[in-house]
Order: sequence, then structure tokens, then C-alpha cells
Amino acid sequence: MTATAAPPAPAPEAEPPVHKPSVRKRLVPYWLLLPGILWLLVFFVLPMAYQASTSVQTGSLEEGFQVTWHFQTYWDAFTEYYPQFLRSLLYAGTATVLCLLLGYPLAYLIAFRAGRWRNLLLILVIAPFFTSFLIRTLAWKTILADSGPVVEALNTLHVLDVTSWLGMTEGERVLATPLAVVCGLTYNFLPFMILPLYTSLERIDTRLHEAAGDLYATPATTFRKVTFPLSMPGVVSGTLLTFIPASGDYVNAELLGSTDTRMIGNVIQSQYLRILDYPTAAALSFILMAIVLIMVTIYIRRAGTEDLV
Amino acid sequence: MTDKTAGGDVRLTGISKHYGSFTAVHPLDLTIPQGSFFALLGASGCGKTTTLRMIAGLEEPSTGTVRLGEQEVTHLPPYKRPVNTVFQSYALFPHMDIFENIAFGLRRRGIKSVKKQVDEMIELVQLGEHARKKPHQLSGGQQQRVAVARALINHPQVLLLDEPLGALDLKLRRQMQLELKRIQTEVGITFVHVTHDQEEAMTMADTVAVMNGGRVEQLGAPADLYENPRTTFVANFLGTSNLIEAAVESAGDQVVVSAAGTTLRLPGARCSTTPRTGGKLLVGVRPEKLSLVPADEEHTIAAGRNKVTGRITASSFIGVSTQFVVDSPVCAELEVYVQNIERDARLTPGTEVVLHWNPEHTFGLDAAQDIDAGTETVEEGA
Repeated sequence: MTATAAPPAPAPEAEPPVHKPSVRKRLVPYWLLLPGILWLLVFFVLPMAYQASTSVQTGSLEEGFQVTWHFQTYWDAFTEYYPQFLRSLLYAGTATVLCLLLGYPLAYLIAFRAGRWRNLLLILVIAPFFTSFLIRTLAWKTILADSGPVVEALNTLHVLDVTSWLGMTEGERVLATPLAVVCGLTYNFLPFMILPLYTSLERIDTRLHEAAGDLYATPATTFRKVTFPLSMPGVVSGTLLTFIPASGDYVNAELLGSTDTRMIGNVIQSQYLRILDYPTAAALSFILMAIVLIMVTIYIRRAGTEDLV
Repeated sequence: MTDKTAGGDVRLTGISKHYGSFTAVHPLDLTIPQGSFFALLGASGCGKTTTLRMIAGLEEPSTGTVRLGEQEVTHLPPYKRPVNTVFQSYALFPHMDIFENIAFGLRRRGIKSVKKQVDEMIELVQLGEHARKKPHQLSGGQQQRVAVARALINHPQVLLLDEPLGALDLKLRRQMQLELKRIQTEVGITFVHVTHDQEEAMTMADTVAVMNGGRVEQLGAPADLYENPRTTFVANFLGTSNLIEAAVESAGDQVVVSAAGTTLRLPGARCSTTPRTGGKLLVGVRPEKLSLVPADEEHTIAAGRNKVTGRITASSFIGVSTQFVVDSPVCAELEVYVQNIERDARLTPGTEVVLHWNPEHTFGLDAAQDIDAGTETVEEGA
């Protein structure tokens, strides 16, 4: 580094032992990356390429499919199924908002008020994962069953009148209505909202709350001006982790909904597995992906998370 | 918000704080005069920060009242008190730039046009070009000044400083001490400063309260505390003291004591306890008051001075002074600081010496106390 009066002669002697390991060392990160890269290649890039080619094929199962660059499939699929697209975004959006409203107070409580109960509460948040997704969703079928205690209670309290008026339920039942699907989505994705929220809230130095209070901010203002802005990274990642999988979900609509509540996931599933129209199914998948990508990009730009620490 | 009329003192009456069975602050009465620079000094865990937080409203006292001028604020939440705090870790809002951090208090009080005031404050703390930066882009010293500006802009009745210089390196710390003192003189606001650094407390404050174990040990002007400590804790915590255990031979205006066969004198007025003939007394003297001569020059010492013989066991050259440790019959480790005006080459470890000092520079303490109180805790919590 510094200029020294050392003779240049010893330098070439000293260089080889230093040089050799450095080449090997430089390759180490790539070796370590290799499994991950292979994984992505085999399970992400190749299927994507395969799907992309499928989406521009024409043909039938009997005659076989050929790549004909038939982009018309995209337009046809979109115009035929746009109600399901809209419904997916609406249901996923509603579920995301509900998750945020339910999850934020809970994450706040765990991060700031739980004391020694913190770890127990966190375990309880992820406890549902110990049971299969399917079983849990089926359990909701029982919970929301016609003339079950939940529906009875909602009826007595005239909650169902309100939800019917909103178009979320029909008559005196919850099952097979949009409400049931949204409830299922909210329930299933709630932990994905709570955990990132908790992580970003937990990182906030409580002395910032004291400082805000000291500078004449009421507790409500402190929340609005300090806590909430600082939890934005958690809000953004929580809503993304909820919204993205919820918009492609089909299990909740399948088990808790009816034909009137079919989401785009259900359409793709039946195109693939029942109707066996692979090009349409692939095109629908790509359209969904494009819509979600565009929405997420706009959302992240808007939320301005790169500005946060 | 600001009450600049007379009687803006901070008055703590019988305030205490318990956490379960632990008492952080014992019932405490304290009056902090308006416009003063007041320091709460003590080792970590002595209750100084808790006391500060009770004034700020961040901690509710278990008993007692807090008054700011005529207003009782004991149960007011922090956002309703005319006090502001500079936090130990600064607690700047990381998502806001410097301008917004400083404007925060004004905006919360509904003041719309903050630009002029904030700009002035940014100038006062010399951060002009950093107004639009985020806190993490600034150095520790700059962040510290933002924290001061953010509090001062509200013209609080009292500014509370919780170890505000703790995170800075020594040089910057000295600089900021002078800076804070300058600002305090300029704005005339009461500053209450919590610190564990005795030098910092003495340089900055008009009045220092030395706290130990949740109580105020002694309160007074820095020079007064230093010259006339009333407890062994204060004597040892503020600077260094040589404490000698001695038996009282005669009391009165002039107290005569003897320790290990050596007779020492001190003024009766400088005893914090009433010495009784036949009783015990701790005799103290500061290391810089002592003079040191080789044993064979004892005849050069003027009459009437206190004299102690001994042998140098260690010496360390500090630059402005040399610090000697002298083993003597009266005390195994007497510390002596000698100014390096003319260095006597004979004063090396092993040399037999005579220490002498003016009896007026001696103080007397109650012998019932722990002689080592306050010696080990000085750098704790730094």
C-alpha cells in the first residue's frame, strides 16, 4: 500500500503463493451459488420457458400441440375470463386489507407490549402451519356451515343483512358466498402479514416513541408520524406476501365458494386438469403474472420503500 | 409555552421511584434554579437518569411531586410538559431529514411556518449544508447537535440532557461541552445534565448534585464540592483524595490528629462532622496540594506544615505533571501530583521522601464511612 524502499527482487518470489489461492478463492462464491442457480434453472426458468412456448401453441390433445405463435390465445383468454381476473384481484385485495387491519394491531402488541409472552405469541401465530393448508380450509367449511353457531350468531346480530346488502352473502348462508372465500383467504394468509409487520415494528427503537412524546406528539400522532412510517417496509412486504399468493389462490374458492365465486386460479386449474386446453391455461397464467407484476411495481414505487432505512 | 418570569425553578419534592422491591431513587428534594446549568453526577445505576426521566414525564414517580415554576406536572404526560430532552442515543427520527427532525416539535404544536425558525436553529448548531440529509448520513457529533437543536427550538422551560456526550470521542466531547455551555449562556434556558463523567459535570455546570445509591450525596458549586467534600464518596468520586484514618487528639478551631505516630493539623471548620477528642476522623487531602522533597531536605520545609514521611513506590509522567504513589506509615498509597516545572531527578521509585502541605488544605470526614466509597465506579457505564 505504502511506498517502501524494499528491493523489487523478492516480489516475484513472494507473488506465486499469494496469487494461486486468490484465483481459487475468487471462484468459491460461484461454487456456493451453483446449487441455487441449478435449482432456479430447473424449477423456475425451464418451466417458464416451457409455459411460454405452450401459450403460443395450437392444436388438440389428439393431434398434438405445435408452436404456431398464435398470440390470439392471450386476447381470447383475457376477454373470456376477465370477470374472474377482476374477482381475483378484488378478493385478494379485500383479504389483504383485512389481514392488514387484523394483523397490524396484533404485530404491534407482540412487538411492544407482549413482554415475556412475545415468543409464545409468535409461535401461536405460526402454529396453524403445523396443519395442512387443505385441512385448515376444510375446517372453515365446518365453521361456516349453514345453521352452524357462527352463521346463527351473524344472523341474530343482523350482520348477514349488511353483508347481503354489500353483495358478499346471499340469504342466510355464508358458505359458497364471496364472504366465505375472503374469510378463508384472510385466515390462510394472516401469518404472512403478521410476521413481516412484527419484524419491522420490533426493529423500531422505543426511545423514538419517547422522543416523539417529548416533542409534544400525542400517542396517536406518534403512531401516525413515527411508528407507522417506520413500519412501512413491513407493511409493503406483508401486503405483497398476502396479495400475490392470494390473487393466484384457488383452494379457498374451490372449497368455500361456489361457481359464482370462481377466481382465476380455479379457471387455470380447470383449463389444465379438466378441459386440457394447455395454451389457454398457460396464457392465463402469464396474464395473471403480468397484472400482478405491474400492480406490485406501481405499489412499491408509490410506497417509496427505498427511502426507508 | 415559555414562562420566563421569576419562579421558573424546577422543584422536586419527596420524589422517589420503586421498581417492585428495588428503589431506584429514594425520596428526594431538589430545587433547580431557573437559568442554571445543573448537573446530576453519579455512576450508572445511581438513579440520576431516573430522576431526569421523572422531570421529563417519561417515568412516573412512586411518591412526591414535580413542579415547573408554579405548575405542578407530576402526572402530566411528556407531550404536555414544557420540557424537552436530548436523549443519550439522540433518538433522531431515521425516516425524516435533519430539517424535519428539528421542525418536529414546532409542527406538533400546530405552528405552520417553521422554515425561518428551523433555518436559524440549523445555523446555530452549524449544520447549514446538511438540512436535507438523513440522520444516518451524519457523524456522531453532528447527530448530537441535531438532537440539541431539535429540543432547543421549542424554547422549553427546561432542557434535559441524558448523557448527551457519552457516545462521542474525547476530543469531540471537550468541544461539545464548550459548545453546550455557550448555547446555554446564549439562550438562558435551565439545563439539567445527567452524566457519569465528573470532569464534564465540573466543566459545564454551575451546580452539581452528586448521586449515589438513589440519594443525593452532596450538592454545590463544582469548586465547593471538590474542595469541601462531605462524604468519602464525593471525595473519591470527584477527582482523587488521599484519605488517612486518624485519632483526634484535640478538637476546636484547630483540630490535631495523629495517625501512625504522625501528628497532623486541620481547621475545625473544614470537618463535615464534629470531631471529638479521642474519637476517629478521616483526614483528606487532594494529591495536587501535596509537595514532595527527598528525605534529606526535610529541614527546608517551612514550619507549621503537615508532614508525612514515606517512600516512592511508583511514578508516572503525564506531561503537565508527574504522579507519584508514596508508601507511608499513615496510608499505603498516598497519591501526589507534582507540576513539571523543574523536575527533580532524584524522585524515583525507592527514594525516601517527605510529603508536606498546608494544614488549611486538609478536610475532615466522618470516620464511620467506607473509606473506599466511590473509588471503583468512576468509569462504569461509559
